[in-house]
Amino acid sequence: MAKIQLNGRKISVKQKLSITGLLTKYKIDHKKVAIELNGKIITKNMYEKKIIKENDKIEVVHFIGGG
Amino acid sequence: MVKKDLLKIGNKILRSRLIVGTGKYKNFAETASAVKASGADMVTVAVRRVNILDKKKPLLMDYLNPKKIIYLPNTAGCFTSNDALRTLRLAREMGGWKMVKLEVLGDKKTLFPNMVETLKSTKVLVKEGFQVLVYCSDDPLLAKKLEDLGASAIMPLASPIGSGLGIQNKVNLSIIIKQSKVPVIVDAGIGTASDAAIAMELGCDGVLINTAIAKAKKPILMATSFKNAVIAGRQSYLAGRMQKNYFGAASSPKKGLI
Repeated sequence: MAKIQLNGRKISVKQKLSITGLLTKYKIDHKKVAIELNGKIITKNMYEKKIIKENDKIEVVHFIGGG
Repeated sequence: MVKKDLLKIGNKILRSRLIVGTGKYKNFAETASAVKASGADMVTVAVRRVNILDKKKPLLMDYLNPKKIIYLPNTAGCFTSNDALRTLRLAREMGGWKMVKLEVLGDKKTLFPNMVETLKSTKVLVKEGFQVLVYCSDDPLLAKKLEDLGASAIMPLASPIGSGLGIQNKVNLSIIIKQSKVPVIVDAGIGTASDAAIAMELGCDGVLINTAIAKAKKPILMATSFKNAVIAGRQSYLAGRMQKNYFGAASSPKKGLI
């Protein structure tokens, strides 16, 4: 298992999990979000290739109502 | 009738001069109904963390289709240039939108913009190819500076965000409107439909409304009211108002008086 931080929460994920795998795990539609890994934006075409490592900090954001 | 009077901001053409925010509504269904009633072509949206624990939470995109209505990502809640830039880069990645609203706040109580950070962010965003609509103070010199830096629209406040105090400085707003070559959208502080009509009569190109609609007793009816007020104000501006006189001037001719 790899300990990571997802949207500020400490969680554990299985080894060699990709960003795509993470989104599937949380039932998140990749078309409706943007992702930052350790402060850097990950483009959608990299979701499959990018493997999550120990201590990674991931932010998954979407659009909500706002002024 | 007035011929097609469209609002061009950057590369976008809007039929409606009313832009509405999507915050503070009871739920997304009410948001969607109010947006529809307002007739707006563009809505502001915020960027926030996905709630990873609640997988069934409804999404804004399921209620307001970004293919049918223009999403204008906003940096509301950002207090530094870096936070604002981070938010807008994520927004661009999310949907490929280049048009964004920059809002860098300087004070938690008044929510007045931090213009130093705003100017700094505008410069970076324009360089990165964004089309930036910039929330700003009603200082004509700073508004000009934003235009010179390449802002696609200037968005001066009427009064503090969410205050409903209406237009507090008509003179400054008028100066900004007269000097700007890019659209001027009055943002923040509009409290009711007549405030929006006044803003439009001053000659601004559009208004952005959120709280005044969302926090009305009947938000959907208020959205319709704002739609009409913006149209009325714009038409009044285009028609050109009569001159003010300090004395009465009878409307009926004196000739033939019995």
